[in-house]
Amino acid sequence: MKKTTKIFLGAAVIFGLASCGGNTENTSENSGEQKILTGNIKIDGSSTVYPITEAIAEEFRAIAPEVKVTVGVSGTGGGFKKFARNETAISDASRPIKDKEKVACEENGIGYVQLEVAYDGLAVLVNPANDWVDHLTVEELKMIWEPAAQGVVMKWSQIRDGFPDEEIHLFGPGVASGTYDYFTKAICGEEGASRGDYTASEDDNVLVQGISTDKYGLGFFGLAYFEENKDKLKLVGVDGGEGVVIPTQATVADGTYQPLSRPIFIYVNDKAAEREEVIEFVNFYLELVPEIAQEVGYIALPATEYAKQVEKFQTFISKK
Amino acid sequence: MTNAQKNRIIDKSFQVFGIVCTFFGLAILAILLYNIVIQGAARIDWDFLKDLPSRRPQKAGIYTAVMGTIWILVLTTMIAFPIGVGAGIYLEEYAKKTKLASLLEINIANLAGVPSIIYGLLGLEIFVRIFGLGGSVLAGSLTLSLLILPIIIVATREALKAVPSSIKDASMALGASKWQTIWNQTLPASIGGVLTGVILAISRAIGETAPLIVVGALAYVPFAPSSPMDEFTVMPIQIFNWVSRPQHGFAVNASAAIIVLLLITFMMNGIAVYFRNKWQKKIKW
Repeated sequence: MKKTTKIFLGAAVIFGLASCGGNTENTSENSGEQKILTGNIKIDGSSTVYPITEAIAEEFRAIAPEVKVTVGVSGTGGGFKKFARNETAISDASRPIKDKEKVACEENGIGYVQLEVAYDGLAVLVNPANDWVDHLTVEELKMIWEPAAQGVVMKWSQIRDGFPDEEIHLFGPGVASGTYDYFTKAICGEEGASRGDYTASEDDNVLVQGISTDKYGLGFFGLAYFEENKDKLKLVGVDGGEGVVIPTQATVADGTYQPLSRPIFIYVNDKAAEREEVIEFVNFYLELVPEIAQEVGYIALPATEYAKQVEKFQTFISKK
Repeated sequence: MTNAQKNRIIDKSFQVFGIVCTFFGLAILAILLYNIVIQGAARIDWDFLKDLPSRRPQKAGIYTAVMGTIWILVLTTMIAFPIGVGAGIYLEEYAKKTKLASLLEINIANLAGVPSIIYGLLGLEIFVRIFGLGGSVLAGSLTLSLLILPIIIVATREALKAVPSSIKDASMALGASKWQTIWNQTLPASIGGVLTGVILAISRAIGETAPLIVVGALAYVPFAPSSPMDEFTVMPIQIFNWVSRPQHGFAVNASAAIIVLLLITFMMNGIAVYFRNKWQKKIKW
């Protein structure tokens, strides 16, 4: 008995020593003509932008296998917190940086450049069995979602004459998401202002599930989730004052689907942008993103717009 | 109806109630397993185990997540095992039954009930920021160690308590010191129970997501950690990430990853049972 215990503890100690050695911290050192890129690129931020950045990082592996790119999903706000503490090189964001976050960056001496990488459309959705709604105006959406509607607007019939006298069930992203921020800004006029009595989930698949099983449901989320669940949901056109527009790749890209389409961004830290592997990665990002955005369910910017972003990044890195 | 008949009915109905309760849990587990296996079993192959994360569900694999989980597992065990067992031995064998000791005891029991995300926030502040470990495997392991320490301490104490005092008294009577008694008698006799507690605690740790996300485990890590200071991801985070993706293929991947995670957990529990049986048989007083 005594022996087995000792062997067990001995093994644990040896294992412990073995796993403590060899910390391989790579620094960017370009040797020879081959110029093999090495180093780490830490990225964090919005879960909306994540699928694009992940895809780019995956492709980047093929051209620079020695560069370790990691991507987290702390949300746009969480990402900027890390970005401002100099913990990340690039921050994914589904909205522009807020003043508070700008101040935090300044305090820590962090400069950055904002690059637009794609558009995301927010889709308003109902159940396929819903045969009374084919479009809603922005005013009607506001009536449904504004803070004053809480406990007041509870039935479809209150929204427009002719709608059934049935309860309306609302689904939407949680208050921590950039998607929520954007929707409330566009519809209710103020960021973060909405009624609280709706079913909120950070997981868009839960929202899909909710709306697709509830005849009287209504909700909103990113267009990508609709594209993957076309058979379970009905898309609602939005009238922003210039006629009803259904969100599609085309209407989001040419800006006619308003006000519910938005650009999404990456932010690059200026210190990080001095490193060759980061420059290479960002250039690669802008080069590949038109194709990737489409593939993962987002909408590419016009080609001229990408050219502008590339130029913006070039001026940013040449300034130093 | 006589009293005897009445009692028999009550007896019978409680028995039925008990059976229903037992099968309720089992039925839920069966439904869960059925769903997951139907959806994910066909997805598991060698490529799935050795591939790196990808945006294409068919190409994506769980290699880095499995490696991250193993790193976390080993480091957490190495940290929590000695500390937890040490604390358990102290509290059970050495500590005098003072007010301070009972205060400690209450607090440890309380710690076992603290939501895991709180440990995550604590880990973020202490290990990630103050110790400057960053979102590394080590920071994650230390955080999870905190989380499971109370469980290990309580299990150790229970195991030590189960050793008959006659054995300890006899050892002391033969002139053995306290430490000799613990090392040669009490610990060997209780090691089965201690190990069971430790392994069950670790099984819980590998299913944790929330504290690791807070500490900074990432969603996309295309390399396995090669040192305790490397960034990492773990299987629950990979699963969580896949479940929230729009494409159906990722839901299949998530199911497959859940099966792999369940297998790892079953294996851990199997090992626990094996050691317990092996060591308990050896004890002859």
